[in-house]
Amino acid sequence: MIARLADTTRRAFDSDIFYSFRKSPITVLSAAITLIFFIGAFFAPWLAPHNPFDVATLNLMDAFTPPVWMAEGNPLFPIGTDDQGRDLLSAIMYGTRVSLVVGFASVAFAMVLGVSLGLISGYFGGIVDAVIMRVADVQLTFPAILIALLLDGVVRGLLGTERHDDLALTVLVFSIGLSYWVQYARTVRGSVLVERNKEYVQAARVIGLPSVLIMIRHVLPNVLGPVLVIATINLALAVITEATLSFLGVGLPPTQPSLGTLIRIGNGFLFSGEWWITVFPGIALATFVLAVNLLGDWLRDALNPRLR
Amino acid sequence: MAEPVLEVKNLRVEFPTRRGTLVAVDDVSFSIAPGEVLGVVGESGAGKSMTGSAVIGLLTPPGRVASGEIRLMGRRIDNLPYGEMRKIRGRQIGAIFQDPLTSLNPLYRIGDQLVETILTHLPMSKADARARAIDLLKEVGIPGAEDRIDHYPHQFSGGMRQRVVIALALCCNPTLIIADEPTTALDVSIQAQIITLLKRLCAEHGCSVMLVTHDMGVIAETADRVAVMYAGRIAEIGPVRDVIKSAHHPYTRGLMGAIPTISEREGRLNQIDGAMPRLNAIPRGCAFNPRCPEVFDRCRIDRPDLMRAGGSLAACWKAEETVHG
Amino acid sequence: MLAFILRRLFQSVIVMLAVAFVSFAMFNFVGDPVNAMVGQDTTLQDREALREKLGLNDPMPIRFARFVGNALQGNFGLSYRTAEPVGRMIAERLPATLELSLVAASFALLVGLGMGVYTGLYRNSWLSRVFMTVSLIGVSLPPFMVGILLILVFAVQLGWLPSFGRGDVVRIGGWTTGFLTVSGWKALILPAVTLGLFQMTLITRLVRAEMLEVMRTDYIKFARARGLSNRAVNFGHALKNTLVPVITITGLQLGAIIAFAIITETVFSWPGIGLLFIQSVYFADIPVMSTYLVMIGLIFVIINLIVDLLYFAVDPRLRLSGGGGH
Repeated sequence: MIARLADTTRRAFDSDIFYSFRKSPITVLSAAITLIFFIGAFFAPWLAPHNPFDVATLNLMDAFTPPVWMAEGNPLFPIGTDDQGRDLLSAIMYGTRVSLVVGFASVAFAMVLGVSLGLISGYFGGIVDAVIMRVADVQLTFPAILIALLLDGVVRGLLGTERHDDLALTVLVFSIGLSYWVQYARTVRGSVLVERNKEYVQAARVIGLPSVLIMIRHVLPNVLGPVLVIATINLALAVITEATLSFLGVGLPPTQPSLGTLIRIGNGFLFSGEWWITVFPGIALATFVLAVNLLGDWLRDALNPRLR
Repeated sequence: MAEPVLEVKNLRVEFPTRRGTLVAVDDVSFSIAPGEVLGVVGESGAGKSMTGSAVIGLLTPPGRVASGEIRLMGRRIDNLPYGEMRKIRGRQIGAIFQDPLTSLNPLYRIGDQLVETILTHLPMSKADARARAIDLLKEVGIPGAEDRIDHYPHQFSGGMRQRVVIALALCCNPTLIIADEPTTALDVSIQAQIITLLKRLCAEHGCSVMLVTHDMGVIAETADRVAVMYAGRIAEIGPVRDVIKSAHHPYTRGLMGAIPTISEREGRLNQIDGAMPRLNAIPRGCAFNPRCPEVFDRCRIDRPDLMRAGGSLAACWKAEETVHG
Repeated sequence: MLAFILRRLFQSVIVMLAVAFVSFAMFNFVGDPVNAMVGQDTTLQDREALREKLGLNDPMPIRFARFVGNALQGNFGLSYRTAEPVGRMIAERLPATLELSLVAASFALLVGLGMGVYTGLYRNSWLSRVFMTVSLIGVSLPPFMVGILLILVFAVQLGWLPSFGRGDVVRIGGWTTGFLTVSGWKALILPAVTLGLFQMTLITRLVRAEMLEVMRTDYIKFARARGLSNRAVNFGHALKNTLVPVITITGLQLGAIIAFAIITETVFSWPGIGLLFIQSVYFADIPVMSTYLVMIGLIFVIINLIVDLLYFAVDPRLRLSGGGGH
């Protein structure tokens, strides 16, 4: 068994996909950057130099400290502090953590929802299919951010603002996830429609196998590639959407800030000269999204049979 | 003999890939006389389309002409810069591709496409060009040419479209036409019409044809000489009658044997066992040796050049033996 | 072709009804209109009376019909936050958003088309690489970041351009325009670039992909085989064929721009319907939210319709005129 594992690994390294990965320094760099962000975010409680949300450790005297390379900088706070004296580097790490949690969770939600609806729609056809696809079409006419905003507003109306802020994470995952399910559903549905008519499905049905099982066993592997590509694009979009919502003030509150919230807080101080409060979270956000986009680009090219 | 319209000497077309260089056309030489139809026949992947693309200078990168010469009316054209070659294309060499549906730009009327081509190469007024276009359409047999000239490609049937393509290829009176599988995408009933039309028009306009196809039947009907290609090399080349009647290369014999005829009443079609090798796995010596029913030791070591065999040339050691032995 | 238009119109009506229904649902199940309108001292009886008067106790289909009827007349109720008629609030702010969107869309289209064609034709030149990098960054930077960066550079550091407001506007009839004043144009630049950047990069990438796809087709190969000049091949044939799918996407982008104006208007304090919408989300001002939804739905549906018609005009294959022939 070890031998087989070793063999598979060797074949993976030898494969076309890994070759194109190795050959492109940008892709390797993007993967490295993404990994760094993940690690920094995941291990934030252990890696971050300070805990920016432990009120006891905050000292207002530290507020508005500029980055360490400027005059009045303080090596304790390498890229400065915000208006409350919170260390920006730590805040960014924690903020990335929140952003990533929302990003991944909403992508997972969208994927599960979209793939399931796609399977159901394609398999059952008829009225079920028509309804789901109509809803998808109507939803697609609106940009995802609008849908997310609307959902957020509705929940806010239902729960009231304080309750909303308490549950902000869940609400956001739900709103953002719900805005992005359509791509998955359409792709999966397309695959199901193709597979459904193939002979082996008919044959299996004759034998008595539950078609649903066949669908899952055969359609899912085929559709995994495109779904993965959609998911990477989705991740970048989800992170941007969450950041935008937070920036607009309707996402994560300052008590549990994401990168977007941090940028919003910093925006107020642009004109008074404390540019670092908004710029560094912005750079972090942009770099992460850029890296994910590049990875997604590479993945899309690698999985595209026509370009090989 | 009059100077050949096209002369290809030791042409070699390569494709550099990350796994090494693939040779798609390997040391191919032939010539086409004025007014002659040369058929180039072979299976898919034998290199016949590549040869055609190389002659007209439209190899898709990274493919490139690695060595050899191509001469049109005595003038070397394989090493011309793009701008110079462009003037030759359409004017002295016409091309016809396989799928008439995708060959024509769907957004332009066929008249516009014709006039554009004419005006690119021949100095004349727009009105004259249009008149010429209408004449061409009549020549290729489009009824109601004066009206149809303003129609779009999708308003024509497949056979009609290919006629338009032929008109486009002939519009500037080229000396050579390269026809790459001109009938393969058409209905069987239309194929004969189109190929007859092509042959007639070329005879009337006095141009030679390099007819690339995998269909031996078309070759038998239309070509004067034929070159049989295999794995990027020419296996046999000679007058059509000679090659078909007394195929000298075992591969050609295999091809002939595989054509069904109504008169035969045998059970199965003869097949050649095995398949043509992929470009990255061409055997040493004669490329056909793994499948050849008459193989002997030398075939596996030395690659045969084209040798006299009856009225044709064949790349087979057996042929040499038969002639000399 | 008439059949096609009728069918599309019918579809559009269905979509609008669906949107209206969602809007209506929001109105009625989220929050209580009566509670939002009256003070805390109003008695339960009075609230009931008000409910009756407003027809809130009627069966749903009737309420929906009334809702649609009101909507068609431009009556969208009163804002929970300011108690003004929502219709008037939106009408006041619409010109600001529309002007901004128009300028942004033009910017995105022109620059995007140019960059896309260039990188499609000359894919390996260094300028192409520069363009592609710029477009990649444009796609990755969240729109609000772009706005902030632009403000940082042009407003804070250089002080050339304003970072909020519309500048001086001129009122013409019901419309307020910033096009007629210098300060109006100055105020437009940064927001328009911010708003248009994302779309511009999308258009660039799309045009480039289409160009590359088209350049590989048989008819381009055939055009080359006929010896047509580079200009004829690239711009006559390839470009024209590229534009056809680009038109749909671009048309839809206009709708997206109007929606994305929400973000830009927030960053630049631009007094348009986007800013209004955000405020309404923050305060859970349902009437404004749902009216905005209906408005955007209407705009999108109209744009989709126009784009479909444009498709007809451009692609002769879609016209059912003429007959095939033998």
